[in-house]
Parts: sequence; structure tokens; C-alpha cells
Amino acid sequence: MQNNIIALIEEIKRTANGLSQINIMEVCGTHTMAIGKNGLRQVLPQNINLISGPGCPVCVTSISDIDNIIELAENPCNYIFSFGDMLKIPGSKSSLYKKRSEGANIKVCYSPADAFDFAVKNPQKKIIFIAIGFETTAPLTAALIKKAYETKTNNFFIYNTHKIVPPAIEFLLNSSNKNNISAFLCPGHVCAVTGSRPFDFISKIYGKPAVISGFSAEDILKSILMILKQIKNNKPEVEIQYDWVVKENGNPIAIQYMDNIFDINDAIWRGIGNIKKSGLVLKNKFRNFDAKVSFALKDIKVPEPRLCSCGDILLGVKKPFECRLFGKSCKPDNPVGPCMVSSEGTCSAYFKYEKYKT
Amino acid sequence: MTSSAKNNNFSDKNILLSHGDGGIKTGELINNLIIKYFGNKILNRLEDSAIINDFHNEKIAYTTDSFVVKPVFFPGGNIGKLCICGTINDLAAAGATPVALSMGLIIEEGFEVKYLEKILESAGEVLKETKTAIITGDTKVVEKNGMDKIFINTSGIGYVKGNTDITPLNIKPGDKIIINGSIAEHGLAVLSSRPEFNFKTNIISDCAPLSSLVNEMIGSSDKVHALRDATRGGIATILIEMSEKSKTRIAIYEDRIPVKKEVRALCEFLGLDPLYIANEGKMVAFVDPADTNKVLDAMKKNKYGKDSCIIGEVTENSTESAVFYNTKIGTKRILDKLYSEQLPRIC
Ligand code: SF4
Repeated sequence: MQNNIIALIEEIKRTANGLSQINIMEVCGTHTMAIGKNGLRQVLPQNINLISGPGCPVCVTSISDIDNIIELAENPCNYIFSFGDMLKIPGSKSSLYKKRSEGANIKVCYSPADAFDFAVKNPQKKIIFIAIGFETTAPLTAALIKKAYETKTNNFFIYNTHKIVPPAIEFLLNSSNKNNISAFLCPGHVCAVTGSRPFDFISKIYGKPAVISGFSAEDILKSILMILKQIKNNKPEVEIQYDWVVKENGNPIAIQYMDNIFDINDAIWRGIGNIKKSGLVLKNKFRNFDAKVSFALKDIKVPEPRLCSCGDILLGVKKPFECRLFGKSCKPDNPVGPCMVSSEGTCSAYFKYEKYKT
Repeated sequence: MTSSAKNNNFSDKNILLSHGDGGIKTGELINNLIIKYFGNKILNRLEDSAIINDFHNEKIAYTTDSFVVKPVFFPGGNIGKLCICGTINDLAAAGATPVALSMGLIIEEGFEVKYLEKILESAGEVLKETKTAIITGDTKVVEKNGMDKIFINTSGIGYVKGNTDITPLNIKPGDKIIINGSIAEHGLAVLSSRPEFNFKTNIISDCAPLSSLVNEMIGSSDKVHALRDATRGGIATILIEMSEKSKTRIAIYEDRIPVKKEVRALCEFLGLDPLYIANEGKMVAFVDPADTNKVLDAMKKNKYGKDSCIIGEVTENSTESAVFYNTKIGTKRILDKLYSEQLPRIC
């Protein structure tokens, strides 16, 4: 074992000693994965409890959105471009993965620019890019919409499900009677775009510690130690551990792009419901690029699968083990809820990495 | 055979890509449809090569493999080199010396001859290096758009020397697990040469014929218990299969598994796990601890074994087989089978 890590773990144990139960929530799927992959729960003292929040954009995409995308895919004139993780999410009846095996035009892309290039080369086809993700990916979508607008690429559309993180954290804090969150591990990639400022309310208004963390085992352990020290000294603030990437003001160019293209609106988070001012919608000027508008799709209320506890899991109220379906009828090859589908979903991370403990 | 063999219904309506990725779905297809109609004592072992113990008094190994790689040319190789290496390595993994191969070419109408020639030339180079030959073959051409460029099937036979007995059934607690170098390069080299993949990388495929390496390993010791070519599904998948077949538990160590820097970086960026990414020139060996050094020395002298090292060991017999992954920071977790092809993450 590396010496610096041993020392770090020892210091965490010393600092946590005497403190009461501390619930630290991470709101980034990549953190959830890193915690599982490195088995960090095994080295933390008993009174530190890591809980996973709604940090995986795929998991919080509403069933109605999935059903709409499947409807678009059923039209042979349409070409759907999607990141791979979206493919397996079960809608109310099918999934994109199954539709593809039945012949629908569904292409996995690594970058949204691929979808745009395809649209330029095939002007007679309708291209729909599934725009998903938080502040990390929204600027890329914004840049493409700008390009589509300027070049009048009118066969290019996005199915927009972009969401932003701070309002979700505020929502979690307001439901803290249920989840008892003591502190947040904030998402490094999101904050690289937004900076730390939009997260200041966590300490200023709600009096809770928050640390913007990197993604290695060492980064996460260091961030946990920073949180513990804040608690011990009773000085909650928003600190940046991932300081070689994240600046207080973030990336002004990316922010500018988002501001120029998107307005902020309410959004439905799967398993949670409506969160005020947590979604990005295209400004009126760009509405023609919105597949929901151009193809006249509606939001239909679809009930979640019975017994699936994804809602409680995303809020940090329950752990995957506490869901009755976990590892039984719900497994990665046959997911019932979205948290089991995406590789960064909480249930799938627990299934993959935490079985040793059960 | 996996437990899914017991339930005899194949639930999917259409064939999905994941039925061909070597993971759980592939297992379902093999166990529920293929074994259902063809099952027999030799096939049911589902090993890299079939061993026929008494083929007119000789012990021979026989295997087949199909190649559909996309793109056909990738850094470090092409479908021609690959289709020979793949079959040679399957034979080598049974401890056999490869002798002869067959080749079936299925080509799309319009495919440029200069590319076909390049592919055959690369295949020829490997045949020469491994002192093997294509002794029978077949060619079919399919109308344009009826398929994607070129698919190749090869089969191969080899002979197994007298008392050589290499099978997962011989794996014992205490066995050291050795690999001949760094992992995950083939899968990433192919992925990064796809046109839709817009990143530049320097990763080249490890595609290589390992028959000479295996020959020298077996020559140095009669205590090489089992071998496995770590292709689809990566080293994690094959170790899980080996632990199931031998009913043992295995421990491997993060800080001993060689992963090149650029491989690690790309995996982190794409959210992929190198343990599950395909190799085409990596042999995993289970060796009695008494002979580990002898075997390692022999491997390091071969050009495909310079970076050989021990990555773990077999810890105990157990009906609850499992592979434990020990992380750098002293924690451990169980490695799980791949549920479907690894897909890049979103953010
Ligand atoms: S285990 Fe499955 S059903 Fe239960 S909460 Fe997770 S995703 Fe939903």
C-alpha cells in the first residue's frame, strides 16, 4: 500500500474520532464509480457514511423522454445519435437497444459533433442528437446549436434533456429531513465549467460543508478529510480540492455559450419529480432545433416500475441493498430501474463493486 | 457451463450485439441454443480448442474462429494478421503446436483488391513466422451492402505432445498467475481507429502469434497447469471463467497488472475498465509455484514475453468461485462478469 494513502486514512480516522454520524453525499456518477472501484468504504471509519445522489444524467432522464425518443426512432426517416449509455434505459415499453436490433436508425456517438457532421453530409435525412448531461456537456450542445443556426442546418435537431446541478442540490437540502445529509462532495467536471460560486449557497445558506473533488482515490480521501476538518472546526465553506482544474469562476467561454443558447426552466428528474429551475431549454430563437417542438412530442406521465426504489436512492434516503429487487429481479443485464442501467448509476455501481460486503 | 444452461428458454426475440461480445448474453446463446442442438462431451467443455484424445492414436487440438473486426485495418495489424494469430493462439492455449489452418473469405462486392492483397500478405507473414500453412480454403463474394467489407473464418489443427495436459481442471491453490505483458491495447487500438472516434492516440494493437512463447513455456516446465488467450472480455472475463471451471478462488493485484500509461488515461477518459478490454497477444498462465521462475525466465527470452510478470495467485478451492481484485490502497472487491459491451460514459 502507498504510504501517503495510509497516512491519509489514519488522519481521517483521527479526525472522525469523536464526531457523530456523518453522511457525505456525492452528486457525480464518476465519484460513485471511483468510490466503488477503489473500495473506499472499506477503509473509512464507521461513522462516515458515503451516500450517492442524483449524479448520473442517464438515471434521471424521465421515462416520458425515453418513450418520446423511441417514438422518434420508430420513424425510418429519422436518425438518432446517442451516447452509448442511453441505449439500454428501459422506457415504458422498449429500449433504444432493442429498437436498434429491430432495424431502427440508432447510432452511438462519442461526440455530438459526429451527429452534426452526419446532418451536413445527409441533408435529406433528419438527424436527432440526444442531448444529455449536466453543465459538463451542455456547452458542447450549445456550440452545435450555434453552428446549426449559423449554417442553417435545418435537418439537425436535439432531443434536449440537459439539466443543471445546483438546483438539485438545493432540492436535496430542502428534503434533508429525509436524508440527513451532513456534507457534499461536489462534482469536479461540472465545477470545471461552472466554477465554485454557484455552489456557495450550500455553506452560506444551509451551513453545510462542501468540497469540489477530483476523481482518484487519493483525491476523494483528501476531500473527505477537508470536510471532516470543516465539521470539526465548525466552519462550513465550499472548498476546492480539484484546484488544478476547477477555478472559482469556472470556464467563462463555456458559460457564455450556455447563456447564449439556453434559458433555465423547470425539469422532471426521474424518480424525484419536478425540480424548479433545474433544466435548460433552447431560447425561442433556436426552438426549431428542438425535436420536441418540431416533431410535436408531449410529456406524458408514465408511472415508474412498481417496487423500484430509484427515487429514494437518488435522494439518498435508501441504499441499493434496501431495494427488494436489487440483485434479484433487477440486475445489469435485466434492469428494472434506471439506476441499474447506466454504468454510473448507483445500483449498478453497488452491484459491481460492493457485493463483497454482502 | 454456466447456470443459465439449466433454463432452456432463450428469452430474446432478436439477436442483439451483446450476444456476440463474449459476456453473459453470449453464454446464454451458446448454452440455450447451440448446446441444445449440438451438445457433446468435447464441445460442452467450451475451451479455446477442442482436444481429441484418441484421433488414430494421436492427441490433436482443433479450433475455429471468425473475424469481423471494424475497421479492417487498425494500428498494429489488420484482419489478415488477426485471423491467423487468433486461431494460432487458441491452439497454443491448449498446449498444442499449430500445424495447419483453413481460411474462409467472405468479401463484399466492390472491395478493393489492393486492400485484399494487403490482408493476405499480413496473414502470410504470420504463417511464415509460425511455420504453419493454410492448406484448404474457400471464397465467397456477397453483393454490395450485403455485408461490411470482409469477414474471415479460420480453423486450425495442431498436435499435443505426449503427456502435455493443459486445462483449467488442473489449476490448484498456490498456482501463480502469469501474463506476458500489458493489457487492453487491442480493444482500444481498434476503437480509436473508428472514424466516429475523434481522439488521437498512440495505442497499437498487441496482436501477435504466441505459439513459440507457449512452446518455450511448456518446454521449460511440465508444471504449466492451464493457459488462456485473454481476448474478448479482457483478463477479467477469462479469469472469472477459469475460476469457475477449476472451482477455485483467485486473487489479483492492481499494482502488478501492467497497463500502459496512455491506455490508463484513455480508459479513464472514456469510463472503460482495462480489465475488460480485449487483447490479441496476451496469454494468461497458471503455473505451479515451484516452477514460476523457470517459466518466467523462459518467457522473458521470447520477443512476445519481455514484460512477463506475476499478477496474482490461486488462493483456495471453493465451490463459490470468485476473482478478488486487490486495489493499490489495500481494499478488495469481487470482479464481475461483463453484462454487455462496455460503452463510453456521458460525463
Ligand atoms: S435495484 Fe433496480 S429496482 Fe431497485 S432501486 Fe435500483 S434500479 Fe430500481
